[in-house]
Amino acid sequence: MSSPHSIMGSFTHSVTGGNGRGRPIKDTLFESRLFQNRATFGFVLIALAVVLLLARYTWLQVVAHEEFTARSNSNRVRMVPVAPNRGLIYDRRGRPLAENIPAYRLEIVPEKAGDFEDTLTRLATIVELPEDAAEKFARDRKRYREFDAVPLKFNLSEEEVARFALDRHRYPGVDIAPYLSRYYPYRELLTHVLGYVGRIDEDDLARLDPDDYRATSHAGKSGIERQYEVALHGHSGLERVETNAGGRVIRSLERTDPVHGDDLVLSLDIQLQQVAWDALGDRPGAIVAIDPNDGSILALVSKPAFDPNLFVHGISAADYEAILASPGRALFNRVIQGGYEPGSTLKPFVGLAGLELGVTTADKKVFSTGNFYLPGLDRPFRDWRKGGHGWVDITSALEQSVNTYFYRLALDIGIDRMHDYLAQFGFGEITGLDLPGEITGILPSREWKMAEHHQPWYPGETVISGIGQGYNVVTPVQLAVAVAALANGGRRFAPHLLYASKQAGNEQAVHQQAQDITQIPVVTEQNWDTVREGMRRVVHGAAGTARALQPLSGYQMAGKSGTAQVIGIAQGKDYNENQVAANLRHHALFIGFAPVGNPTIAVAAVVENGGGGSRQAAPVVKAVIEAWLAQEPPK
Amino acid sequence: MKGLLPGWFGLPRLDWTLLLCLLLLIALGLLVLYSATSRDLSAVYGQAARAGVGLAIMLGLSLVPPHVLRSWTPWLYGLGLFLLVLTLLIGEGRGADRWLDFRVLRFQPSEIMKLAVPMMIAWFFHPITLPPSIKATLLAGVLLGVPAALIADQPDLGTALLIAVSGSITIFLAGLLWRYILILAGLVGAALPAFWIMLHDYQRNRVLTFLDPESDPLGSGWNIIQSKIAVGSGGLFGKGWLNGTQSHLEFIPERHTDFILAVLAEEFGLFGVTLLLVLYVVITSRCIYIASMAKDTYSRLLAGSLGFTFFVYVVVNCGMVSGLLPVVGVPLPMISFGGTSMITLLAGFGIVMSIFGHRNFIR
Repeated sequence: MSSPHSIMGSFTHSVTGGNGRGRPIKDTLFESRLFQNRATFGFVLIALAVVLLLARYTWLQVVAHEEFTARSNSNRVRMVPVAPNRGLIYDRRGRPLAENIPAYRLEIVPEKAGDFEDTLTRLATIVELPEDAAEKFARDRKRYREFDAVPLKFNLSEEEVARFALDRHRYPGVDIAPYLSRYYPYRELLTHVLGYVGRIDEDDLARLDPDDYRATSHAGKSGIERQYEVALHGHSGLERVETNAGGRVIRSLERTDPVHGDDLVLSLDIQLQQVAWDALGDRPGAIVAIDPNDGSILALVSKPAFDPNLFVHGISAADYEAILASPGRALFNRVIQGGYEPGSTLKPFVGLAGLELGVTTADKKVFSTGNFYLPGLDRPFRDWRKGGHGWVDITSALEQSVNTYFYRLALDIGIDRMHDYLAQFGFGEITGLDLPGEITGILPSREWKMAEHHQPWYPGETVISGIGQGYNVVTPVQLAVAVAALANGGRRFAPHLLYASKQAGNEQAVHQQAQDITQIPVVTEQNWDTVREGMRRVVHGAAGTARALQPLSGYQMAGKSGTAQVIGIAQGKDYNENQVAANLRHHALFIGFAPVGNPTIAVAAVVENGGGGSRQAAPVVKAVIEAWLAQEPPK
Repeated sequence: MKGLLPGWFGLPRLDWTLLLCLLLLIALGLLVLYSATSRDLSAVYGQAARAGVGLAIMLGLSLVPPHVLRSWTPWLYGLGLFLLVLTLLIGEGRGADRWLDFRVLRFQPSEIMKLAVPMMIAWFFHPITLPPSIKATLLAGVLLGVPAALIADQPDLGTALLIAVSGSITIFLAGLLWRYILILAGLVGAALPAFWIMLHDYQRNRVLTFLDPESDPLGSGWNIIQSKIAVGSGGLFGKGWLNGTQSHLEFIPERHTDFILAVLAEEFGLFGVTLLLVLYVVITSRCIYIASMAKDTYSRLLAGSLGFTFFVYVVVNCGMVSGLLPVVGVPLPMISFGGTSMITLLAGFGIVMSIFGHRNFIR
């Protein structure tokens, strides 16, 4: 089969003998053998390569198979914490005060998002982002892991959701997630009760369990929301999900459901709250209504207030400035943080101290001339009525709010005994109301003055302490607790807003019994009746300071007015309301309870810069009491 | 001698062994592609259509006698060079995403050169006495060096290297003396540092990443790590067709193109990889066998070069997917999605079949 050409070739090769002189003629047979040598060499290389490759794949797929299987699984399977639903808050009749409403938020997984700045710039074209979004994000992402989704914006509008859904593929690592947003239907009406939730910050993390809050974006910042944060929050669940390389969840493999937060029932009555709110009108002030039978709070108003919903989605700088700039310090909860001079509202307690300590008796009469002199002082302590009230016993002294009677009494009791007795009503210490941030007020004593002012106590200070002036500072909630204890015969409760709570899975809410009860020692029951009679006459007596209140039909109400000085009026000078700037006018105070024989409500009210307590604060208290007594007693 | 020519339109002289193996490969490739594209039938049809076009070209070329191909060779090479220069002047800078460019009409001149360079060198060696002299070797070096340099400049280092390799294989098969080979190897070794400096940043990164992929697991190391996880988690028999999580959850990048072997390895395991390698070895061996049967220098060198080069592709891709070699844009022959590669390969096998069919005719 070989051609003449090839025979010639091989022949030529043998003649010339390799690299001889001149250009040799091609030797096909030699070239063919040469090629076969090289091909064989090449084939050996191929065999080696195949052995090497098979060894490599065997190592990967057989020897290290387990390890790579584990890595493949951890690649695709991720443990995702599931946020629990926050417990709802109801009033004592089951009306919802804090709800969860469905909303959408924009989330970003930093690990998958690539260039964050660029993503943000592009996102801003379809979603309205706050100016400080980048800053907030930078702060927030510290508490998330690289592959966790960090919320970028809450409460997206439907339009924003739709726009993003169309463009989703352009934003790797960015997604929209449904969540439940907190909503306060009663807005500013309950701000100072419920508080609000806001984005979790470093402070929150310092006191909360970070593991349980990995999926949670909001926590209680103030009020009930903060006080009962742990109960309301519940416990987060865990879900094993399969994700793709883009971090998107493909499906759920296994899930431990979160434990929903407890639903809370507050003792508050939203209707009564509304009445109290309206009664205060536009004036700044505070109202607390308390059930003297169990210490539960029926209404709690501090004015002015603000819309807590603004804080839920992250308040804008402008809105926050507006709240700060508004007159009356809306962020400040007057009920627990407002310190007021009690004025004459302290008189019933001083009177009771006098009776119970045996310093005076119900029958003992004192002649009021309008001026009271301390030995060695020629300047008098004055009564509010020029010329005095004539002969008064303790009942009429309360009815007419006779200063000189209580000057005398205070002096007879002495500051030490007066301090100790009043302390039993809770003055000078926090009441233990279940709201954060309560202040103690001041119940002055020798020790207190020495510690605070490094001065000894002067007798004149005892005199004015008898009418609640001088160093005395009380909060509205202290007054309410004290008057409730006076009304119910000496049982002092730690007041509480929490009435009952319902744990996830339970059918019925469990009533929360009042925990902290102090029984004030009762020497003689009649002494208490005497004081309460004096307070009844404040409203119903012919000379009562609050007789202008129309008596309630069918009920008897007891009360005591007070006027707290904002500017010091020198003894001997007259105070003319019309000549004083509105913000320096006296605060009007009133405490009361009803019905007198069997009290079901006790109220303390402060109307700031209102002037006289009986004129400004008494109608507010009456309105609240009337509304409460008009209701069916709740179950 | 011309009287012995069978003429242009003889019966196709197919090599059934080669054809059967190629068809098996194509079928296996379509199967894996369906999974790798997450059941995208249109991609599978497109690939099948391109395989059809490639097979048609293969059959067509198998009819053209080698001496006719030889006479075309300088023209083809010249055309390729011209297009490469044209690409250099007006071509788009496609950067690193060139392999996403799977539109049939889009033309990559470098593909021509995959065939034209070994053809040209075989053509050059055909009339001269072998083993080649130093002068002839240097000239052959220029023939492969110029297109390789032009392609490397695109920049497409992978293709440039493969073309240089295919040319070198041709020179090696021509019988370049071992002492020259050793000297050359020494020179290349010495030139490596200079070569390193000339590399583009991303090319350097690839090599560095290859050396230590875990140093940047989310960046340039991602491909290698995810690919190894896919292969390793496949085990002996794989996770099953369409069940590869690494692939379907999009962890493997380029999973239907350069990294399609990772999908195959994940879903069919070591068993699938071995089967694939067996097919490749049979095809390569067949080419080398045909080459050794050839009676003229041109046919012998060309068939041998095409066969060995084909296996170099296989080794480079398998090495890359398993982390043995750095990531270079070399598709898995006959399997990876993308028209140009498969059509060029099938055209090459057409030439081999022509050499087989015309082995008894000598010029």
